[in-house]
Amino acid sequence: MERVSVNPELVGRVFPPTPPYLVGREKVREFARAVFATDPQHTDPAAAQALGYPDVVAPPTFAMVVQDLTLQQLLAEPDSGIALERTIHAEQRFRYTRPIVAGDELTATLTVATVRPFGKGAMVTSEAEMTDATGAHVVTAISVLLIGGEDA
Amino acid sequence: MSELTVGDVVAQRTVHLTRESLVRYAGASGDFNPIHYRDDVAARVGLPGVLAHGMLTMGLAVETIVPWLGDAGRIVEYGVRFTRPVVVDAEDGAEVEVTATVGAVDADAARIDLTVTSAGTTVLGKAQVRVRL
Repeated sequence: MERVSVNPELVGRVFPPTPPYLVGREKVREFARAVFATDPQHTDPAAAQALGYPDVVAPPTFAMVVQDLTLQQLLAEPDSGIALERTIHAEQRFRYTRPIVAGDELTATLTVATVRPFGKGAMVTSEAEMTDATGAHVVTAISVLLIGGEDA
Repeated sequence: MSELTVGDVVAQRTVHLTRESLVRYAGASGDFNPIHYRDDVAARVGLPGVLAHGMLTMGLAVETIVPWLGDAGRIVEYGVRFTRPVVVDAEDGAEVEVTATVGAVDADAARIDLTVTSAGTTVLGKAQVRVRL
């Protein structure tokens, strides 16, 4: 029989919303530089405003910074059976309603979508839904984590 | 942009990563896993060397098409599989080559396929961006 150390009862679990994350202009610029994002919409407020945004536009993968707060919740869950040192990030996906811009106050809510046996471990798919201060959807970040079994 | 043809290359670039790039991304993203900057830790856990963050590779890959798109807000979905690591040598760094090709076109959207390689190996699988036209 397959031994899965990850708790299968995690499926469907919804975590409390993370505290609001205020997206700062300098943080967007810092992140843009780190991912070699050269387009001025990421760094120049005037360029972003010319596109109709109130302030600089975050690079598409900036959502990971907020998603990470939810993955910390998952790792801290006492009964999850997920240990960081046995975890591999296998897949990542983002679904956008609109891009993140400086000034956004984002709250993320994590749901564990699936837990599937995989080798001696498990494959965990989690979805972090991010909304702005008005409650409107901005982006959903979906991660697939491979968690090795204890003997792996 | 309405005249896209499947197979067209819409953007291309090569990014040179160094250890400094990895430290910079660690600080910007908050991912301080030491396998991304410490040779001793990478060796201890059996890795071929210090690796770039998968999310750094994912992030720089999609940025290749943003100047062509003109507006990052045209991106409606972006997904990748992390298939192979990018090993970043302490002295020589690593080259990451990105080619963006039109994979599919329909009435109001297109799928852009990103081919992302380092040291001759594909490092991201199924790297696809759905964009609004």
